[in-house]
Amino acid sequence: MSVVGQSVPRVDGAAKAAGATRYLDDLVFPGMLFGRTIRATIPCGRVTGVHFDFDRTGFTVVDWRDIPGPNAILHVTDDQPCLVQSEVRHAAEPVLLLAHPDRETLWAAQVRLDEERAEPVLDPRRSPRSHKDILIERGDLAAGFAAADVVVEGEYRTGHQEHVYIEPQGIIAVPEEGGGITIHGSIQCPYYVHHALTHLLALPADKVRVVAAELGGGFGGKEDYPSVIAAHAALLAFKARRPVKLVYERAEDMWATTKRHPSIVRHRTGVTKDGRLVAMEIEILLDGGAYVTLSPVVLSRCCLHATGGYRCPNVRIAGRAAFTNSGPNGAFRGFGAPQAQFALEAHMDRVAEALEMDPARLRLRNVLRPGDTMPTGQRMGDDCSAGTVLRQAVRRSGWTRKRRAWQGTDRGIGLALFCHGGGFTGSGEERLASRCTLETTATGVRVLVAATEMGQGSWTVLAQVVADALGVPLEQVAVAVPDTAVVPNSGPTVASRTSMVVGRILERGAKDLKERLGGLAPAEHFRRHGPVSVTTRYEAPPGLSWDEEHYRGDAYATFAWACDVAEVRLDPDTYEARASKLTLVQEFGRPLNPVLALGQIEGGTAQGIGWALTEEVVMREGAMANAQLTNYCIPTTLDTPPMETVVVENPFPHGAFGAKGLGELPMDGPAPAIVNALRHLGLDLREVPATPERVMDAVDRRARPTAGR
Amino acid sequence: MNTPRSGGGARTVAAGPVAFTLNGHAVSVDAHPMARLLDVLREDLGLTGTKEGCGEGECGACTVLLDGAPVCSCLVPLAHARGREVRTIESLGGDHALQRAFVAEGGAQCGACTPGMIMAALALPEHPTRERIRQGLAGNLCRCTGYEAIYRAVERAASETVATPGASAAAEERKP
Repeated sequence: MSVVGQSVPRVDGAAKAAGATRYLDDLVFPGMLFGRTIRATIPCGRVTGVHFDFDRTGFTVVDWRDIPGPNAILHVTDDQPCLVQSEVRHAAEPVLLLAHPDRETLWAAQVRLDEERAEPVLDPRRSPRSHKDILIERGDLAAGFAAADVVVEGEYRTGHQEHVYIEPQGIIAVPEEGGGITIHGSIQCPYYVHHALTHLLALPADKVRVVAAELGGGFGGKEDYPSVIAAHAALLAFKARRPVKLVYERAEDMWATTKRHPSIVRHRTGVTKDGRLVAMEIEILLDGGAYVTLSPVVLSRCCLHATGGYRCPNVRIAGRAAFTNSGPNGAFRGFGAPQAQFALEAHMDRVAEALEMDPARLRLRNVLRPGDTMPTGQRMGDDCSAGTVLRQAVRRSGWTRKRRAWQGTDRGIGLALFCHGGGFTGSGEERLASRCTLETTATGVRVLVAATEMGQGSWTVLAQVVADALGVPLEQVAVAVPDTAVVPNSGPTVASRTSMVVGRILERGAKDLKERLGGLAPAEHFRRHGPVSVTTRYEAPPGLSWDEEHYRGDAYATFAWACDVAEVRLDPDTYEARASKLTLVQEFGRPLNPVLALGQIEGGTAQGIGWALTEEVVMREGAMANAQLTNYCIPTTLDTPPMETVVVENPFPHGAFGAKGLGELPMDGPAPAIVNALRHLGLDLREVPATPERVMDAVDRRARPTAGR
Repeated sequence: MNTPRSGGGARTVAAGPVAFTLNGHAVSVDAHPMARLLDVLREDLGLTGTKEGCGEGECGACTVLLDGAPVCSCLVPLAHARGREVRTIESLGGDHALQRAFVAEGGAQCGACTPGMIMAALALPEHPTRERIRQGLAGNLCRCTGYEAIYRAVERAASETVATPGASAAAEERKP
């Protein structure tokens, strides 16, 4: 019986509900020490001295001189030091490491740094340096504007966003006999950590072992930063010759780790009287922070989603990720696409306003259809559902009626059409060349992949895929713990790629294995012939091509499509805008497990609502000043509205059993839909989060139309 | 960032062991009276089902029941538990209606909020309305689900539960 498409209970569910799952902080090793990080407090300058105002007996102290290899956290580049040598580029930058057997003694230790502050660059618009610049051009922009009846311009901004995975970051490093190290951690991408540590510790690959514990949430926040923590824990463990646990408290986690890139996006759009887009000029600026980390890749995805679900013959997209003396910004669910599509979708409502046209009608006039092309030249196939989701959302939400009936009330309704490219950008998946292994065991078959379980249900979905492709009951499929000593590199658990890409490799591998088994059940074959294993490598869908230098070609193997309709209510006394209902129409190929898919949609939408309304990171001197959950407010049960989800199926032939990427898509839509619902109330908001202060300003401007900014 | 996790450095206070009832069994813990109940449960008593999310009483991941009422165990000093009844996720054994429903409905994703969420849900009245569930769980943050699946789980568990008179009323009285 087929299990793909069934809501089988998640394989890790019972243990989680019982409180029996062992997360990183639940692990204890004999002789384990606790670790602590001493950080700079200035945004820019130098550390000139260190004072230990405590008895150092029993302490392990590590500084940059203890690093065996290069003092660099290797990722896209190697510009980020593991520990400050003297130059400080952002507040909270790690300088020293301490370890001690007793946590109280460790945290009571006083360390003073002598710091010389220099003038920081905190405004990305004034930054002298780019981490990355991207230009995408198509058609003749000047001719496009010349043909336009109306030109609409605007600037749109989004703030930082903190991940707030409920389990804070944590690593345990265990020194091994023979000079190796084993890392256990709350890690999305074990091979990223492996890569960084072999470089930093100057160790051969087989001396570094990385084991991903089950994650208490990731959302991108545990994509790159765990390499830093693992490096620190490893240095302490080597020096102390004992296991070291380095778990961040919430405040340190919020103060020191990566956030979503803030953005400033300018749009200038030429449109004909009847609503055809004829020219789009888009300038994107991301605040990359003090080190490169993942900023070039985030900028790339941002630029590639800048025109979203619309066709336009004349386009110029210029993107820049700028250096600043703020903490490095990194991966966060959506990875640049939410910023781009917030600006685009807020702007589309302003274009509609300028034309005195219904926003849904303007979108329908320009929506991408099969056969149309995106600015890179990527041609839409039958996997393009932009028009379908838009029309369904309008119908399901009662758009036309509510849009009319709520004029002049305290209620508003707005929508956003959006898309999300699945898997790595461009030729990224080919470069990754992911490998997955299946092996027979005494009880069935074991799946060997580096995909981590961070709550999204990857272990369950991948087991479903293998069970069906192999034709065995789900109970006979086990998924191995992601451990670099055991599993091949199936790539990072990011970019909505696990079901679609890793699942597809496994689907192919399972079919190969089935042939090898010659009609025997895996366990029976194992009993008669011993273990058999099949390793399968990624194969790109046929016909894809990508020119990285000119940003031409197929940016993604496919896109998932969605349209969100937000209904909001404005409190006239507190100026709080509250989402009262969201209608979510989403097409992501085919749901492999409907309950888990719904969890991605509803959960991602809630994160989008938080980004839209309440989650404001207050930056002071380039660091988060409100680094606590008391005043950094993620949505509670009282802040999330009822959600009505409609899943549109359009199976993608090159994803596992028709799957497209899903994890990030739901993050892209809620913010623009909510801001557009506020626009329906006559409120001109061009920045999120739309806090009561910003809403109050917009109400003032509505009252005095000439006093606009 | 640089504050100690439990009770400060003042470990010199000699107060003797603290006795309380844990999941129906008498226990006695020889720890600092100002030690966080959360640490005592996880480290002294080895019950790691209770999770730390923020350490400041905002996220509810460390929710346990103290004499039947949900509390954030990161804010409760051990001394407060003296002579009282503490109930943690481990008391449910894994096959409680709420636990089964959280699995079936996808109420648990990453699972870090789940033990606290289930303990808070235990203190809800027997057949709560959606609005009552929202109020009762407002102190428990979940970053994965958007809460919808959690509501469905609590409602499913409630629909499976045969009313046991008195229990819910007692829980209801203790809620603010």
